[in-house]
Amino acid sequence: MLLVPCPYCGPRPEVEFRCGGEAHIARPADPDALDDAAWAEYLFARTSPKGLHAERWLHAHGCGRWFNALRNTVSDAFITTYEMGQPRPDIAGDR
Amino acid sequence: MAQDFRLPGRGRIDRKKPIAFTFNGRTVGGYEGDTLASALLASGIRLMGRSFKYHRPRGVLTHGADEPNALFQVDRGTGRADPNNRATVVEAVAGLTVSSQNHWPSLEHDIGQVNDLVAPVLTAGFYYKTFMWPRSFWDKFYEPAIRAAAGLGVAPDAPDADRYVHRNTHCDVLVVGAGPAGLAAALAASEAGKRVILADEQAEMGGSLLADLTSTIDGKPASAFVAEALKTLAGRANVTLLSRTTAFGYYNHNHVVLTERVTDHLAAPDPKLPRERLWQVRAKEVVLATGAHERPLGFADNDRPGIMLADSVRTYVNRYAVAPGRRIVFATNGASAYRAAADAKAVGLDVTLVDLRPEAEIGPERALLSGIELLAGHTVVGSTGGKAVTGLIVAPLSGGSVGARRTLACDCVGMSGGWTPAVHLFSQSRGKLTFRTEIDAFVPGTSVQAERSAGACKGTYDLASILAEGWAAGADAAGAPSTRAFAATPATPTGFKAARVLPTDADPKNVRAFLDFQNDVTAKDIGLAVREGFESVEHVKRYTTNSMATDQGKTSNMAALGLVSEILAKDIPQVGTTTFRPPYTPVTFGAIVGTARGETFDPIRTAPVHEWAVKQGAKFENVSLWRRAWYFPKPGEDMHAAVARECRAVRESVGLLDASTLGKIEVVGPDAAEFMNRMYPNGWTKLEPGKCRYGLMLKEDGFIFDDGIVARMAPDRFHVTTSTGGAPRVMAHMEDYLQTEWPDLDVFLTSITEEWGVIAVQGPRAREVIAPFVTGIDLSPQAFPQMTVREGEILGVPTRLMRVSFTGELGFEINVPADFTQAVWEALFGYGQRFGITPYGTEAMHVLRAERGFIIVGQETDGTVTPDDVGLSGMVSKAKKDFVGKRSLARPDMARADRKQLVGLLSADGRTVLEEGAQIVADTRQALPMTMLGHVTSSYLSPTLNHPIALAVVSGGRARMGETLFVTTPAGFTAVKVVAPVFLDPEGKRVEGLVEGGVHA
Repeated sequence: MLLVPCPYCGPRPEVEFRCGGEAHIARPADPDALDDAAWAEYLFARTSPKGLHAERWLHAHGCGRWFNALRNTVSDAFITTYEMGQPRPDIAGDR
Repeated sequence: MAQDFRLPGRGRIDRKKPIAFTFNGRTVGGYEGDTLASALLASGIRLMGRSFKYHRPRGVLTHGADEPNALFQVDRGTGRADPNNRATVVEAVAGLTVSSQNHWPSLEHDIGQVNDLVAPVLTAGFYYKTFMWPRSFWDKFYEPAIRAAAGLGVAPDAPDADRYVHRNTHCDVLVVGAGPAGLAAALAASEAGKRVILADEQAEMGGSLLADLTSTIDGKPASAFVAEALKTLAGRANVTLLSRTTAFGYYNHNHVVLTERVTDHLAAPDPKLPRERLWQVRAKEVVLATGAHERPLGFADNDRPGIMLADSVRTYVNRYAVAPGRRIVFATNGASAYRAAADAKAVGLDVTLVDLRPEAEIGPERALLSGIELLAGHTVVGSTGGKAVTGLIVAPLSGGSVGARRTLACDCVGMSGGWTPAVHLFSQSRGKLTFRTEIDAFVPGTSVQAERSAGACKGTYDLASILAEGWAAGADAAGAPSTRAFAATPATPTGFKAARVLPTDADPKNVRAFLDFQNDVTAKDIGLAVREGFESVEHVKRYTTNSMATDQGKTSNMAALGLVSEILAKDIPQVGTTTFRPPYTPVTFGAIVGTARGETFDPIRTAPVHEWAVKQGAKFENVSLWRRAWYFPKPGEDMHAAVARECRAVRESVGLLDASTLGKIEVVGPDAAEFMNRMYPNGWTKLEPGKCRYGLMLKEDGFIFDDGIVARMAPDRFHVTTSTGGAPRVMAHMEDYLQTEWPDLDVFLTSITEEWGVIAVQGPRAREVIAPFVTGIDLSPQAFPQMTVREGEILGVPTRLMRVSFTGELGFEINVPADFTQAVWEALFGYGQRFGITPYGTEAMHVLRAERGFIIVGQETDGTVTPDDVGLSGMVSKAKKDFVGKRSLARPDMARADRKQLVGLLSADGRTVLEEGAQIVADTRQALPMTMLGHVTSSYLSPTLNHPIALAVVSGGRARMGETLFVTTPAGFTAVKVVAPVFLDPEGKRVEGLVEGGVHA
């Protein structure tokens, strides 16, 4: 079970959280301006990288807040967490 | 039975505490401190089981967790029996009933032994090759026959009578294994005050030192070192000592799971104690000191009872004071067996040692063999005996050729093929293994988590080095690196020469050298698998079943691996190793389940009127975690009769439903209407306070996600309801958008499901029933029309009173604070008696709404259904520029004419109640596979209409009105007519309560 570092509560076991998938996929401001392919890209296309991955996490059974996290999908190490709306930190490589 | 093989004056058994248990009906004596295996050996019982496939007689091979042969059914009383217990780890307890497994009619005379005679055909892949053909034989013949013959032991059939608990804990340093390395690590780690847990799977801590009577550590006997170390650790408040505790799983972020056996070793345990505790440990640092497993040697008939591992002989002699035989031959390719031979000789047993290595390669261990015959440069080519070994057949090796055979008479063989470090937990932690050729073993290489290994599990076999390594690991884990030298004498002999299958002069076709004793896999099987093209070790493992038994190949994995590499002429690192997965040793289901069984299996949510419904004799159904009243049978009524009566009451007079389980969310704030506009396809800006609207919620993919009535309480306040099961996910869905997409909106979401109880009063008499109790609200139809909400009081309790209907009748949903719900309910029920008021359950609710054609999300919808598919395109605002799901509804697929659309179905025969989920076709004579047009989503016998009704989704359904289609039933196809999905009151007049007399569709 992962130990997830909630930026508001501290490290807590994974069962308290829900992972919301890839971060930084903003809902288009004007969905009608997108053609079907671009809309499908927004809805379904995800990068699923091997290595560092920016993800959305919700501390569902804790403070109830969403935050972003950089997690290494190979080692499961959490590199850092940051607030919703903040840009992805410029961190390269593994821990 | 007399303990003829018990040695005097030694061992760690308590001779003042004799015990007795029964084995296959015979009484066997022993002492506290014995395992089942040591007690049986003390009484001269060597035959302890039959092998899985060939039913060969087997005895104990090991003295610990790696045991593949001696597996027992252990019975501690009703509900306390389980199979496949290793005799080498189960402590001998007074009163146990123990039996061997996998034989019929008895252990001594087993008919299954015939398999051994036909062994030449029962080779690797036998089942795959043989039972392929004919296909039709599989289900009726092959599979039942194989299943009857397969399996070890008997699964318990009574509910588990024991209690199991879970514990969660944190520590700075978790040390796994309390042998020399683990003890030293725990001493070092705890010195600086760090919180340390030391866990060991055995009854007594000390590991290999418990069987070491010759070594001294810092001038003291090994046993004194153990005693002092444990005394020191026990005296430190920051140390938790957990014996009988197996660390079986190493998961992410240093989450290690242990199982502690609390009562199995007690003859009369305190009933307050759980049988086992599952410890979920989150450790900052972990020290693995899990030791090593000895390997058997591969030679013909190496599996006869009495043939065991050399270090097991030593352990039985020294720790348990048991002679596993009187004449013992040790066979080895390394130095460690010399210590075992010397210790056996020291208690007066007749000992011979056979070493594969030539004289010149034997090191200082030679000095241990005073008075012991040594046959150096000898191979083992077989054994003699039946239910017990009677001799070991050896032959000299010279220049690669095998010389003249010679049989060494014996009643016990101690074999040693070297050691395999127990890297299981390290490997589970995702650490990368590295191969060390000189010890022919994989050892921990690169760590991934905060752990380090020490001692034999790292390939370190010399006692002084093990202790120093343990200390350094413990200090390092505590964040205070330090070293300490330990003086251990005599020096541990560690010479070793790797050997796969021992050289033999026999025809390889006739040699059965067992590698995996439990699954009866021989070296020949491995060879066959490789010849047949299985070159990956993972494939060889699955094809031959090597290492796939309950022991998970602790004694066999490396042997098979080495053999594959030898046959393929590849280095072992290139061949690689199979994956180690939890659990390290079998774990009881009870420990995993813990208290999550029976009434505490899952949380149960009950609605405010639950107790009343229980007293009324209601039947309940589970709806998500809720228990909801399903129907209220009167004496003599079945479900059908009760539901029909409840439905009629609602249609003709009045009924009461506890609707409190509906999800309720309050959406509050200056931007509440804007938020609602974005979340729902409907428009909310123009909905005046005091009015209600049906809200259909979509996900971004355009499909229906949930639905419910929304009441606008104030310009900045919406009372949103959701389906019973959907409440948490709707709340999460809203919260997600609010926090991550539109944090600029000034809105708060509050779950109010538990705050408000809801009583649905439905039927033509509904208004009359509530009228006497309501104050502050004008109930007249003009002042309080359908789909409005009013705030006032009922019985003096604040209420949000909604005039809404899920039945098609005049109706109200009375929201009252949860604690007052039952009082209001009882008042309405009492007063309503004059109208024949009837409580109704969820089943009647389903029937009533289906008659009126209202959908239920999750029944008519399945995540691929749009508003238009269920005829609710009118709910979708054309005016709004955007809302969640809007863009997806514009996809061409969403407008296809052949989409599955909601329709009604009427059985042509007027009798058949269709099955929900049944498939629908247009032509029953079409070729297979048929084109399926859709399926039945809801189906009931309508008590109001007195004929079956069904809702269905059918491709292009709205264009098929009046068509005849066919629906699958268990008796074949039945014809149905497609009709509009509203069976009653299509004009919706009944909600005005004006319908008099009978009911007409």
